[in-house]
Amino acid sequence: MTHANFLPIEFTAGFIALAALLLYPIAMHISNGKHRKWPFHRYIFWSAGIILAALTLTGPLAQLAHTDFTAHMAGHLLLGMLAPLILVFGKPMTLLMRTLNVPAARNLSRLLNSRYVSFVTNPIIAATLNIGGLFLIYMTDLFTLMHTSAWLYGLVHLHVFLAGYLFTISIIYIDITTHRYSFMYRAIVLVLALGFHKVLSKLIYAAPPTGISKDAGESGALLMYYGGDIIDLGLIVILCWQWYQAHAPKNAKDSRTGVI
Amino acid sequence: MARKQKNRHVSPSRNILSGVLFGIGLMALIDEIIFHQLLQWHHFYDLSTPFIGILSDGLLNAFALFAVVAGLFMFADIHRRHIAHMRTWTASFFLGLGGFQVFDGIVNHKLLQIHQVRYGVEVLPYDLAWNISGLILLTIGTILFFQAKRRLSLNEGG
Repeated sequence: MTHANFLPIEFTAGFIALAALLLYPIAMHISNGKHRKWPFHRYIFWSAGIILAALTLTGPLAQLAHTDFTAHMAGHLLLGMLAPLILVFGKPMTLLMRTLNVPAARNLSRLLNSRYVSFVTNPIIAATLNIGGLFLIYMTDLFTLMHTSAWLYGLVHLHVFLAGYLFTISIIYIDITTHRYSFMYRAIVLVLALGFHKVLSKLIYAAPPTGISKDAGESGALLMYYGGDIIDLGLIVILCWQWYQAHAPKNAKDSRTGVI
Repeated sequence: MARKQKNRHVSPSRNILSGVLFGIGLMALIDEIIFHQLLQWHHFYDLSTPFIGILSDGLLNAFALFAVVAGLFMFADIHRRHIAHMRTWTASFFLGLGGFQVFDGIVNHKLLQIHQVRYGVEVLPYDLAWNISGLILLTIGTILFFQAKRRLSLNEGG
């Protein structure tokens, strides 16, 4: 496999990550002037998520991922699943909303209430974008193609990250959520998405993309299967925990255990 | 107050759902940990697995992972509402365990041919042991279930 020059991608990813790490505390500082103090631990979540995502696109893991399929898969788990799950606890949309001035915040709110956002944050659409995108990468020639073109590589990884983030916020409601769906519906979509993630892992196990050896394909697929299980277990626990809190019986003082 | 609530009408359906979900999920975990990882009798991918088998197995295992967590949270919910009925819950738990075991043994192993219980050996005794143990769990669940039903109706009568 001939490899393209990925330096621009690494540079861009590093730059975006650095900007995200710096802009967040600036927004914290600005909004603390007019609102209640923004908890610092959310910045820890935010930076952990940004660093995990950046690690997959720049630095040693990113280098290794071009030649080692298991490293590539580890990168995808971090970029598309773990980083989004940690980032939502940074509540970036809530922070942005309270940092902007009123007219800008109104525009953002109009955007969040738009038909487009409503469409893509519907769990079944977000899940299709997420898992469907993965099927396209591994079941077509896209996997081979993206290693020959740096911009295609960047685009595919941008999609993996955004679709992973979209899927996460469509299942668990941590940050500002304008269009809400029932627990049952989100639970069904989550199970379907995890199910198809498992199906794809086995298909990769049986027939890895062109240029990937049988052994590399198998170990990458196993990592995808069980790594996906562990991260989705986190999503399942959070979803069920939110159900448990939302369904607390009324007038039951002794059952209030959770703090948000 | 608490005692009064305990005598309140228990909701069998929530106890049943919680127990069955937890049973299904726990058996799937046992299957994964013991037979896939520790003994390595089951194969992750059997070269002869048809696509429908992979699909069904993926969805079933995803559901089981959800079920073990949801079953526990539902149990916490019925507990805080003071409507838990342990015998009904335990009966349902055994039905979930046995139900998954038999479903796995007959549909997954035999009909869909996802993988066998063990490779390189005469598989019949393994299949029999697998499904009979599942049936035993189902029988325990059924017996407990009728006991629970009788107790509940006695409680309501008295």
